[in-house]
Amino acid sequence: MANQTFSEHAAEVANQARDLADEVASLAVEAGRITAESTAGQGSGTLVVGLTVFVLAVFVGYHVVWRVTPALHSPLMAVTNAISSVIIVGALIAAGPAEFGFSEVMGFLAVILASVNIFGGFIVTQRMLSMFKKKK
Amino acid sequence: MNADLAALLYLVASVCFILALRGLSHPTTSRMGNIYGMVGMTIAILTTLALPGVVSYSLIVAGILIGGAIGTVIALKIQMTALPQLVAAFHSLVGLAAVFVAAAAFFRPEAYGIGVPGDIKVASLIEMSLGVAIGAITFTGSLVAFAKLQALLSGKPLVFPLQHPLNAGLGILLVVLIVWLCIGQSPAVFWLIVIVALVLGFLLILPIGGADMPVVVSMLNSYSGWAACGIGFTLHNNLLIITGALVGSSGAILSYIMCKGMNRSIFNVILGGFGGETAGAAAGAGDDDRQVKSGAADDAAFLMGNAEKVIIIPGYGMAVAQAQHALREMADLLKAKGVDVRYAIHPVAGRMPGHMNVLLAEANVPYDEVFEMDEINRDFAGTDVAFVIGANDITNPAAKTDPTSPIYGMPILDVDKSGQVLFVKRSMASGYAGVQNELFFRDNTMMLFGDAKKMCEDIVKALEQD
Repeated sequence: MANQTFSEHAAEVANQARDLADEVASLAVEAGRITAESTAGQGSGTLVVGLTVFVLAVFVGYHVVWRVTPALHSPLMAVTNAISSVIIVGALIAAGPAEFGFSEVMGFLAVILASVNIFGGFIVTQRMLSMFKKKK
Repeated sequence: MNADLAALLYLVASVCFILALRGLSHPTTSRMGNIYGMVGMTIAILTTLALPGVVSYSLIVAGILIGGAIGTVIALKIQMTALPQLVAAFHSLVGLAAVFVAAAAFFRPEAYGIGVPGDIKVASLIEMSLGVAIGAITFTGSLVAFAKLQALLSGKPLVFPLQHPLNAGLGILLVVLIVWLCIGQSPAVFWLIVIVALVLGFLLILPIGGADMPVVVSMLNSYSGWAACGIGFTLHNNLLIITGALVGSSGAILSYIMCKGMNRSIFNVILGGFGGETAGAAAGAGDDDRQVKSGAADDAAFLMGNAEKVIIIPGYGMAVAQAQHALREMADLLKAKGVDVRYAIHPVAGRMPGHMNVLLAEANVPYDEVFEMDEINRDFAGTDVAFVIGANDITNPAAKTDPTSPIYGMPILDVDKSGQVLFVKRSMASGYAGVQNELFFRDNTMMLFGDAKKMCEDIVKALEQD
């Protein structure tokens, strides 16, 4: 009888210890994540990287767009409109969390709007481009 | 999916988008380019869905299905003449989506790793408020552009006193609010920024007239890109930054090309009011007592049927009358008679860049018969007949000869150098710039009064009877 209670106690303690260990582990992960985030987001690091990417992308855009033939300027507008809806990436992250609150509603609405644009933009571009034919 | 892999996939998507634009350098490569664009978008969406923080798939899939269905139906149903307003409407959606995403980031910054509510990093706040302000301006600005293009609003510039000081004041207020947001982090200020930007977008586009819409649509195209950029900075997402920069510079270049096509500065266009007050002055010039030579479809058919070379100059009037198919039929008959038929496109013909090219392509005109102004302008001298349909200002020699004219300095198509000029017009009304066209009164000009489509059909009948 005494033995049984003792072993029950032992099991209970062991369980508690395991829970604690789990908790510590998850805390450690969390701490690691926070440090990683704070160092990543600290100071000007990300902003400068972002600016670098931005300036280079503007140059790429400049050179690519000047090479677009004027005859295709309408499809250019439609397709840039479609790809600017890549903002859906931000919308998906906003709508992503399991809980449902104001931000998720915002995200959901943004997903709808961006999807209208993505589908609409690419399809209307395809329609336009398929009409451009050479002399038979 | 870990962050490095996601960043790599986002890079692949960015390259796809660059290739999509690169493909548009020629019609033959353009369709492949569009497919690159779709692939890039698919990669971007799937990568984001695989991120650890994104779990509520049912909600997301529902959103994509609803939006995708709406977008697909609209894109398949839309008429090609209505393209400019469609594009304007789509721009407004990007702007609104940017506002929503920024709001989501402001009220749940932890989802994006930029802080906690009430304690968001200042850099992120600045980026966020820029994104939301540009997004809101794009939204209402595009709505006004849409309403003007769809003729829900008058195409005339709407000017009221103190307009520019008011806009400037709102702009300054916006900057003050952004600074205040960075200091206080108050949600109320965030919404104030949204409201002021919405009002500003509305007021900015209101004074701009209908024929300046190519510039406005390009400019809003550019804005929607910069809004995406602002959100990209907020979320530390390179894909959004790259794509936003591509779209932003594309729109900016198109605006520049359009402005150059009208010989006006971008500020002149943005400040608006063009074509409103000059109309009275031109009408008062008293050109109206002079006689013009007007003819019928039979005369036009005879002239063109016996010509060797004909150049067709389409303008917005052709789009309004939906005359492109009848026009192509007319050109086919002329070609069958051995006439050399080509098309000349002015950069600002129509209501959006490249509008005429799409309409002609829709009517099955081969793209190698369609030429840009710079390519064909010298050939007018050796051309027998210039057939101007629904265009006016872009052919007006006053742009070269009359320094007092509002359109002085604007590049024009030199139709006056061709042997005979035919103008298809509904009436003698002056063009958008409100300037009388000297060409109408010349001996070698014949006016064909009537609806553009009806006129083309009548010419077709006359040609068939020969």
